Amino acid sequence: MPTIKSIDDLKRLREEAQKVKELRDQTGKTQIIVGMGTVGIAAGARETLKEILTFIEDHHLPDIILRQTGNIGLGGQDPVVQVILPGAETVTYGKVTPAMATRIMEEHVVKGNIVQEFRIEA
Amino acid sequence: MAYYRSTVLVSMDPVCIDKGALDVKEQLIKELAKHNLSEEVQVLDIPRVGDPETEGPDFLVYPEGSHYIQLTPATVGPIVMEHFIKGRELQQYKAQMRDVTDEELGEPKDKEIRIILENIGKIDPRNIEDYIAVDGYQALAKVLGEMTPEAVIQTILDSKLRGRGGAGFPTGMKWKFARQAPDTPKYMVCNADEGDPGAFMNRKVLEGDPHSVLEGMTIGAYAVGANQGYIYCRAEYPIAVSTLNIAIKQAREYGLLGKDILGSGFDFDIEVRMGAGAFVCGEETALLASIEGNRGEPRVRPPFPASKGLWGKPTNINNVETYANVPKIILRGLEWYTSMGSEKSKGTKTFALAGDVANTGLIEVPLGTTLREIIYDIGGGIKEGKAFKAVQTGGPMGGCLPASNLDLPVDYETLGAAGSIMGSGGMIVMDEDTCMVDIARFFMEFTQDESCGKCVPCRVGTRRILEILERICAGKGVPEDIPLLRQLCSEIIQDSLCGLGQGAPNPVISTMKHFMDEYEAHIYEKRCPAKVCRSLITFDILPEKCTGCTVCARNCPVSAITGERKQTHVINTEICIRCGICKQVCNFDAVVIK
Repeated sequence: MPTIKSIDDLKRLREEAQKVKELRDQTGKTQIIVGMGTVGIAAGARETLKEILTFIEDHHLPDIILRQTGNIGLGGQDPVVQVILPGAETVTYGKVTPAMATRIMEEHVVKGNIVQEFRIEA
Repeated sequence: MAYYRSTVLVSMDPVCIDKGALDVKEQLIKELAKHNLSEEVQVLDIPRVGDPETEGPDFLVYPEGSHYIQLTPATVGPIVMEHFIKGRELQQYKAQMRDVTDEELGEPKDKEIRIILENIGKIDPRNIEDYIAVDGYQALAKVLGEMTPEAVIQTILDSKLRGRGGAGFPTGMKWKFARQAPDTPKYMVCNADEGDPGAFMNRKVLEGDPHSVLEGMTIGAYAVGANQGYIYCRAEYPIAVSTLNIAIKQAREYGLLGKDILGSGFDFDIEVRMGAGAFVCGEETALLASIEGNRGEPRVRPPFPASKGLWGKPTNINNVETYANVPKIILRGLEWYTSMGSEKSKGTKTFALAGDVANTGLIEVPLGTTLREIIYDIGGGIKEGKAFKAVQTGGPMGGCLPASNLDLPVDYETLGAAGSIMGSGGMIVMDEDTCMVDIARFFMEFTQDESCGKCVPCRVGTRRILEILERICAGKGVPEDIPLLRQLCSEIIQDSLCGLGQGAPNPVISTMKHFMDEYEAHIYEKRCPAKVCRSLITFDILPEKCTGCTVCARNCPVSAITGERKQTHVINTEICIRCGICKQVCNFDAVVIK
């Protein structure tokens, strides 16, 4: 428990508290969801996830939430990646290899153009 | 900066550490490293997440917002496996998510400006850090670090902030009087005894943003020179009371209340006192008597509380909303604050919109917004497309304003001149089906019941007015009743001790002024134009619409309806008690009121 002894203490605490609050605030951010069920992991979802992470880090992309979920329920399409731009519908991609993930990041997440040939019906 | 896909916030509360939070954190870091997740998942310390006593050790995982509780090093492994590798939340260790969104308060409408209600539903009122994240306590820091008490008072004077409890006395003046009072110690009191029927502006602030009130009070205490504060909150607001107590406890723990606040040498603490629900305790001298443990009755002023208040010492009393305004004025500046509002009334005001309006609920608008804008643009107009008849502002002691007053700007002077008051912000809209005599009777019933009985004009006078109004509604009014009502009203206003008596006749005076035709119809023609007063109406069945379905006859509680199946039914008005059930159950609109 931090006892606030001075105005500087308060300012420091405000910055920390703002960070936490920002983490919680998810409006206006792009969401990328990777299906990480047992099948997904076996099909290479971890490599795909890592590729996406590297891309975000290399390109310093702000305001992206990368989350994982269990089995998305699209048999035979793993690894599955879903991209939700703010205010847009969910776009689902199937059998996403690391190379495909890079393309999805470049085209869809950065430029906003859906990569139609990787897209599957969810 | 490295990008982490996930962040774990581990509670480092002393209680959590005592219960093994450090071991949990160490195990978490080990498990993450074991699964090669150290690059992806960030582990941070946070002062507190949930309740350390019942939930600690605990941590939060973002972006999911999952809150894992009662952790031990042994449970960390499965959580890492499930949550970070497989992407599934482990339900057995997860706490119920605490929802901070507010369902009572909708999205702001076009003409609203939310300052007082700004944080409600957006911050967790039980977590002081949420308030700090939205610049909470920065105004206090500014005041204690850079401003003299005199400068604070001058700022509040210049802001033209006026008491939001209803009377609209300039807050800066109040503070100045309390500061100038020679006696010590001085007290700071917050009036949270919101008693107007249907009004819940203050409750919302106390439940949703309690620290804004604490901060405003602390700033005021510094300006006035007080070291002890009391919040007088009615016991009917249990959630507000418990939220306030949590907020006060956290503020003390963080050093924002108590001794030597922010290293400035200034001491201030706050206690919550609960009121037992007497309406008159919203009056300041009655409120002070109640805090002292005495019977909640008003006393003669002067001396005003600023010179002789709580335990005979100088006391400053402001309303919840007034205090909540203070930090915003200090932090965002005079120019910003005075840009909102009318000439003499600056800033915004919250209102509880109720009655026959499409969108009921809490709103916040700049002072000077017209009644029409509030009722039609924000309130969405009258329900079911009916016609507007009157609006009552300021709770049971306010006046009823007719349609011709709809374009009046809502501020202290204009409402006062029109025969109503600002009050704490109740606003009851009435449609064409409202009987104004009945409404006056209803409000008089309330004030008569809540009169504390200390002074004769209020105790006996409100009773006599109520009897006359009941008589008129029952069709037994006589022409002399009108001058008698006028005389009673003016005498009660002149001779009553406190605001309750002085305001009680307002609904009667205003309805007599604007709706005299309705009084006359009741008295001379024994007719209720709005068809509300039971003694003056009769129910009838239209033969051309009646199908003889027998529903009305079967539902009539006094068997006043007779008729054969498939034949027109008839109501015996001698037996009929005018309950209106037949009208409600009729499927063919055959029952009419005459």
